[in-house]
Amino acid sequence: MNLNLEYHRSPIRYVASRTATGTIATGRAAGWWAANMSPVRLVNRPDPRPPGPGWTRVKPLLSGICGSDLGLLTGRNSPYLSALISLPFTPGHEVVGETLDPLPDLPKGSRVVLDPVLGCVPRDVKLCPGCAADQHSRCDHITSGTVSAALQTGFCADTGGGWSRMFVAHGSQLHKVPDELDDERAVLVEPLACAIHSVRRVPIPDGASVLVVGAGTVGLFTTLALREYTKAGPIYVIARYGHQRERAREMGATEVLSSDRAARALRRATGGFLARPEQGAEFLLGGTDVAFDCTSGSGLDTALRVVRAGGTVLLSGMPNASVDLTPAWFRELSIVGAYASGGHDFQDAMALAKSAPLTGYVDAVYPLSRWRDAIGHASSSGRLGSIKVAFDPTKDQ
Amino acid sequence: MHEGEGFRLEKLPLGSRVIYPPESLPGLRDVDGEIRRALDNPLGREPLRELLYPGMRLTIVFDDLSIPLPPMRTPDIRQRVIEQVLELAAAKGVDDVELIAGNALHRRMTPAELKRTVGERVYRSFFPRHLRNHDAEDRANLTEIGQTRHGEVVEINRRAAESDLIVYVNVSLTAMSGGPKSVSVGLASYRSLKHHHNVHTLRHSRSFNDPPNSAMHHSYDRMAGLLGDSLKIFQIETTLNNDTFPTQLGFLNKREWEWTLKDQAAYLAVKRANDLAPPKRRRQIWHKTASPYGITSVTAGDPIQVHEVTLRNVLRQQLTEVDGPADIGIWGLPYICPYNVNSIMNPILVMSLGLGYFFNLYRNQPIVRPGGVAIYYHPVRNEFHPVHHPSYIDFFEEVLAETTDPVAIETKFEEQFATDPWYTHLYRNSYAYHGVHPLYMWYWGAHALEHLGEVIFVGGDRKTTARMGFRSASTLDDALEMARERVGGSPTINYQHAPPLTMADVR
Repeated sequence: MNLNLEYHRSPIRYVASRTATGTIATGRAAGWWAANMSPVRLVNRPDPRPPGPGWTRVKPLLSGICGSDLGLLTGRNSPYLSALISLPFTPGHEVVGETLDPLPDLPKGSRVVLDPVLGCVPRDVKLCPGCAADQHSRCDHITSGTVSAALQTGFCADTGGGWSRMFVAHGSQLHKVPDELDDERAVLVEPLACAIHSVRRVPIPDGASVLVVGAGTVGLFTTLALREYTKAGPIYVIARYGHQRERAREMGATEVLSSDRAARALRRATGGFLARPEQGAEFLLGGTDVAFDCTSGSGLDTALRVVRAGGTVLLSGMPNASVDLTPAWFRELSIVGAYASGGHDFQDAMALAKSAPLTGYVDAVYPLSRWRDAIGHASSSGRLGSIKVAFDPTKDQ
Repeated sequence: MHEGEGFRLEKLPLGSRVIYPPESLPGLRDVDGEIRRALDNPLGREPLRELLYPGMRLTIVFDDLSIPLPPMRTPDIRQRVIEQVLELAAAKGVDDVELIAGNALHRRMTPAELKRTVGERVYRSFFPRHLRNHDAEDRANLTEIGQTRHGEVVEINRRAAESDLIVYVNVSLTAMSGGPKSVSVGLASYRSLKHHHNVHTLRHSRSFNDPPNSAMHHSYDRMAGLLGDSLKIFQIETTLNNDTFPTQLGFLNKREWEWTLKDQAAYLAVKRANDLAPPKRRRQIWHKTASPYGITSVTAGDPIQVHEVTLRNVLRQQLTEVDGPADIGIWGLPYICPYNVNSIMNPILVMSLGLGYFFNLYRNQPIVRPGGVAIYYHPVRNEFHPVHHPSYIDFFEEVLAETTDPVAIETKFEEQFATDPWYTHLYRNSYAYHGVHPLYMWYWGAHALEHLGEVIFVGGDRKTTARMGFRSASTLDDALEMARERVGGSPTINYQHAPPLTMADVR
């Protein structure tokens, strides 16, 4: 039997979780509410079976808790995505694991990381234009083929997910991990690949000023990718907590700002005027050339308000907050999305994970049986001084 | 003891010296008559009426809202003087008259503030075309008069520079203001002001309320000399007595040991009401307080000769002899300083009031010995007026987070703040102080920062005081305990009791 954390259909729990975590009074304890009220349960299910040739069973060694997972548990993710999942499913898409079946280029027992997108190849359908162009994150066939509808492993009823003792993955989703890369670094390859992908989504001119809103995993990795793959000029990072500020500087930030003084500090740094509307936050007439929102939407408003006219705002991560789009219209901004990864992003992320200063990024590892603690911790990771919280299903006896 | 928008009785350690101002001098009975007399019998100049003639360009410049503090009851002395000057000008057929507030890099005065200062009649006749604020960033309306022998650029308002006569109407609250400072500062640009508003000059102004020993005033003198060579200036200076607070707060004008039963009751009632009032309301009430000053002198004529008389009158009211400096100096900082009239006393202004204005209220030597400790009373809240002090916010958040050293600040940040287009825009079009102003306020305390071993704020917000490099204490006992490592367990203490303002003549 396969022990796994299962997200199931329960409108009452969904509404309760969304309501409880959305109020000011309970916001600080959102993790506790999410862990106790969300429609998640720890269950034993029969071991998953590969749905076809080219698939293998994978034993997760570490499986990270991502911001989109937390959005799911707190009911904050957009209902838009409800057509792209199949219930019940086991979350977990940032995975380093071990294969349990032999594949042509991947012997049994290989240590692998998962590229979670379930595109045309794993689904065994005719290649869509996105997948044909090696951009499987743009796949049009994610609701058809050999497995149920799901944008990724970790949202699919048939594949299972990383928050379990076992799931199944197609060989095209797996990347062999070199021996010198330990599990703690390997589990960071997937978010690192996403960050590299987001940096490649927009042309960043040499010397351009860039703002990264948020200094969680996505924000820090985006900063790292900007320094590694672009010739950006000053990179400003908005960070809330002290340890995030230190890490942002390690990753190459020119200056780290607190959110409440970001607009003023950016005005001083980049020039321009500051405007104060009667309601809402201050904004700049002037500002940075590009901004990356790495906060799952909560910092998007800031990003829109401090990018120069004609600049670009990139949505990195799953946006789950509403925002006033007036600046996009008035300042003629380009808003660009960046989802998952594609092309060579995973290979590059693997290489970067070896050399980047990522020691200590995974500093809280829980067995599945302590899932409530893990989710609570991940929800408050910034406040508690953590970057990445992960499950180690091998710890469950 | 003043402490922002509040006050308290404080028991000082036995043996502490309290420096009170002299008794408030009697005000002139016939102020209008004295003004007339001064205009008709000026020092070193012909009577004003003889300097006026048809077809001439006359510019009347007056001190802005930064003095006196608190603002005086209406009619303001400037109104009384200006009305008489205008009557004389009208009688002589002078048509080309402009009134300019000498606000230098201070914020513009609002129409209501202008009206309060010059009076309804003058305001209605001249505002807005012929009654306005000086604009130190209006390049088209500035003109360079020349350079002093020290290479100091003298650049002032073009209209004033091209006038046949400048009449400057002054209110002197401290020995620092008036005289050579009036035109050379009030109508100047940043290019000109930076020659004396800098760390070096202020560190060598000991004190800047003692002009003969003030490098800043030496610079003013050189500039005024240059202006005197090319412009005709008719200076009218006035001085005030120490009737600072109105009747209901009259106990604040007195020495505590002279309080009558009525004063004691008033203290208890006002303190209780003040403590209970909501913060916003409390601030409104304090800023609506107008002082019933008496006018102690009106002198007109040549700026240098007039100012000698003015200085004597200021010192006659404020100078108190003190027998040597002490280990610790104590000051209670009130709710107002020159730059928060109708506004908020932000932390930078608290610093400049305490370590700048109040610390420098001395002659000969400071009331604290070198390496001694200054204890101030003020809550030092982290609050700023977003319209009046936009560059102060950035200065506090950004510059002070990096350094509090005045020289480092001047070197790295002055030009940035002085030339920032947004600050310039707000100074010219909104009601903001010039971008460089917070740096000047920091320099204002440069002499004290160099002289003192420690600065402690009783009741000060811990984070805010720490950002400025100071310490905070909950009580005076705590502050004295904190000061012990610098000055030992039995320090000597001088408490400079102000306002009403006292200037210490430290022997």
